[in-house]
Amino acid sequence: MSVSQPITVTVNGDRKTAEVEPRLLLVHFLRETLRLTGTHIGCDTTHCGACTVLVEGVPVKSCTMLAVQADGQQVTTVEALAAGGTLHPIQAAFKQEHGLQCGFCTPGMMLTSIALLQEKPDPTDEDIRWALSGNICRCTGYMNIVKAVRSAAAQMKAAAAVPAATAAARS
Amino acid sequence: MAVETPLKGNIGDSIRRKEDDRFIRGRGNYVDDIALPGMLHMAIHRSPFAHARIKSIKTEAAQAVPGVVAVVTGALLAQHKLAWMPTLSGDTQAVLATDKVRFQGQEVACVVATDPYVARDAAALVEVDYEVLPAVVTPQQALEPDAPLIRDEKDGQTNNHIYHWEAGDKAKTDEAFAKADRVVSLDTFYPRCHPSPLETCGIVADVNSATGHATLYMTSQAPHAHRTLFAIVAGLPEQNIRIISPDIGGGFGNKVPIYPGYVVATAASLLIGKPVKWVEDRSENLISTGFARDFHMSGEMALSNDGRILGLRVKLLSDNGAFYADAQPTKFRAGLFHIVTGSYDVAAAHVEADGAYTNKAPGGVAYRCSFRVTEASYLIERLVESAALEMKMDPADIRLKNFIKPEQFPYMSATGFEYDSGDYPRAMQVALDKLGYQSLRQEQAEKRKKGELMGIGVASFTEVVGAGPGKHYDIAGLRMFDSAELRVHPTGKAILKLGVKSQGQGHETTFAQIVTEELGIPAADVEVQEGDTDNTPYGLGTYASRSTPVGGAATAMVSRKLRDKAKRIAAHLLEASDADIEFDQGKFFVRGSPAKSKTIQDVAFAAYTNLPDGMEAGLEGVTYYDPPNMTFPFGTYLVVVDIDRGTGQVKVRRMVAVDDCGVRINPMIVEGQIHGGLTEGFGIAFMQLITFDEEGNCLGSNFTDYLLPTSWETPRFEMGETVTPSPHHPIGAKGVGESATVGSPAAFVNAVIDAVAHLGITNIDMPVTSDKVWAALHEKGAAE
Repeated sequence: MSVSQPITVTVNGDRKTAEVEPRLLLVHFLRETLRLTGTHIGCDTTHCGACTVLVEGVPVKSCTMLAVQADGQQVTTVEALAAGGTLHPIQAAFKQEHGLQCGFCTPGMMLTSIALLQEKPDPTDEDIRWALSGNICRCTGYMNIVKAVRSAAAQMKAAAAVPAATAAARS
Repeated sequence: MAVETPLKGNIGDSIRRKEDDRFIRGRGNYVDDIALPGMLHMAIHRSPFAHARIKSIKTEAAQAVPGVVAVVTGALLAQHKLAWMPTLSGDTQAVLATDKVRFQGQEVACVVATDPYVARDAAALVEVDYEVLPAVVTPQQALEPDAPLIRDEKDGQTNNHIYHWEAGDKAKTDEAFAKADRVVSLDTFYPRCHPSPLETCGIVADVNSATGHATLYMTSQAPHAHRTLFAIVAGLPEQNIRIISPDIGGGFGNKVPIYPGYVVATAASLLIGKPVKWVEDRSENLISTGFARDFHMSGEMALSNDGRILGLRVKLLSDNGAFYADAQPTKFRAGLFHIVTGSYDVAAAHVEADGAYTNKAPGGVAYRCSFRVTEASYLIERLVESAALEMKMDPADIRLKNFIKPEQFPYMSATGFEYDSGDYPRAMQVALDKLGYQSLRQEQAEKRKKGELMGIGVASFTEVVGAGPGKHYDIAGLRMFDSAELRVHPTGKAILKLGVKSQGQGHETTFAQIVTEELGIPAADVEVQEGDTDNTPYGLGTYASRSTPVGGAATAMVSRKLRDKAKRIAAHLLEASDADIEFDQGKFFVRGSPAKSKTIQDVAFAAYTNLPDGMEAGLEGVTYYDPPNMTFPFGTYLVVVDIDRGTGQVKVRRMVAVDDCGVRINPMIVEGQIHGGLTEGFGIAFMQLITFDEEGNCLGSNFTDYLLPTSWETPRFEMGETVTPSPHHPIGAKGVGESATVGSPAAFVNAVIDAVAHLGITNIDMPVTSDKVWAALHEKGAAE
């Protein structure tokens, strides 16, 4: 067994310091060390995306990244999405559009979708399907997931437009 | 401005799912999320060979790793009579191998350690000395006279043959074939595939050495049946076993069997006195847990010159792997394959089935449809396609000509099923209209003139689901009834406890809606609980699309039982006689005076505060429902494909799916179930394959090799519906979880064959990959 190394990772805004084995996977650091079990493990080989988290805002499959590689970085997991108890638009949309069934892929799906919407606030269905093609869902057939992402995009766009419109009216 | 009234959740309301709130917050509770104080971790050492004699097992190096608490071998289990366990088909299966390994990935030893990484390190250090034996990888090889004997430990087993089973009337079928104008035949293989729910299988076993109580958190689709089997296998008193099946990350049949890992983790917890967690990785899931299909089918269809199906003759050969472990009723050795006459009025049919042992992982067999119904549906729909080609008839026309007519229901099939209800021509017509079938046929004709390959696939499936009745159907002897317990609290809120177990199907919403419909309590006020054997009534679990047909019926019946009592309480409150009380939408009133009423909430409060003299307090009840018959969902699926002659690539351009699952309780959830089932059918038709080399090495042991559909290639489905209620189900529902996986593979393959049949290509076995299509085109000189 190799010697543990100290790491400091900012997870969902909280600085977390731990001594970890260099071989510890990020997903195990999140699930076992920090007990953030919303991030799931589905395949161990980077195919299914159930373990997707955001590292510095970029979707990463945390089963294929070492915890030590996340040292000094910002990690976002599903647990951060309902900030202050209010659902993120992507969460609300997944429920509204029936974008989940067993719920196992859902955290990874939502985080990948959030990254897509940051890059492309108004994606086409093809954009959504391509962005989510590294996240496998065995239950939904993706139809309602695509609808959910589209619906979240519209919600987020409308929400972003409100302050701008208010500001325009005042000037 | 009109205020939108939130839906109460009656039958037909697409209310949003009650269970979603925890999942979208990452607050689901799956087996691997459970951590108990002092919990240990187990890893399994598995066989690298498909067939080998074990000469010795050395565990010293594994034992010596710091953090290792125990190494469990078959020899240790044998001391406790646990080295072998019964399967769901009455065979035996090794828990940990003692004499031989019989498939690659078989469980040989288990390491229990304080840390999961340490357990894996040490499992790799278990040293097993093997004498490698020749492997048998097909059932045809297995039945050769000189084939190596796989189950040499079984008394009286002298070859690899497991069973011979027949259904139907042979003499009558022979007669039909003798009179036939034409006979078409099809040999096809439904290959081995795997359900692969996104969550793998696992357990946290917590045996309290002081009290002897075992709490087992398990990925179980059938927790009550598993409790009974655990009691029998492990010799534990059943009242001391509590199985908790928490949130399940998809099942699709994969979580019906009892796996060796569950048994060893429980035994380890018992021996060590601490909780033990075992969660398999994906490769372990793919190589060792319940596969599906692996079924060789030869079908012959007797036809008259005008395209009437006169008879059907089928021979089957099943590859059951090293242990016969199908989850199926004991009377039916080939499951319910004899539903093979499908949607058609066929006067004579005969089915012969044989099963064989091979050096491959045992079943399972279920994958979003159990009991071999999927294979039967695939065969008949492919055979009808062959018949249409032979007779030069349109595939829709030949189906319309042979469908069981609506007025023939209830219909007794040639192999002994009584179909409850159906209107097959209507479902077909809705699908044809939605697709614009005729204009696509014209487009196809024009494309064909230009040498372009376009096909339209038709499949009109009939499924048989919802087992019992208990007198015919059982699992390991347990009759297939199911149960519901309903407790209405004084404030009018309710808890519904069920013997079935959701794996994503939305039970917490759907079954609450049945209570809403029957009692008028809003779905939001009905908490649905499942999966804890200490706190739910006994049931057989969720598989075979049986939750709504059986558990849903139990829910309706227990609600009605409480409604009858509620009526008597209402009569007391309204100072009227019981016979004069009517109920509508949650209100009780005297006939003719609906203005003066008592709500279900008023009545519930009175059940605890103001009862008529002599009546027992409370508004609670339990029902065990044994259905009088199975239910028979059906539908028509149409697929349009375009094929690239240069690469053999098949592109699904359109898919129309018209399902009739009887009454739809929550249409949103029903459609979601169909979307998922179609996608799995698409995967099976085009990409999912577990295969083996000649040494028995599994070539589909991870998601690089075992391909699953992603959002990119999955077709966009166009949905349609008809509603033909089940006449014997209390609310007319039939079950829908598996229809799409049963019906769709034939529609996809028929579309491919429809595109290439004019070139002389009449069959390509699944998965229909580009290389297979290209090779078939190339052989006919039609590839570019």
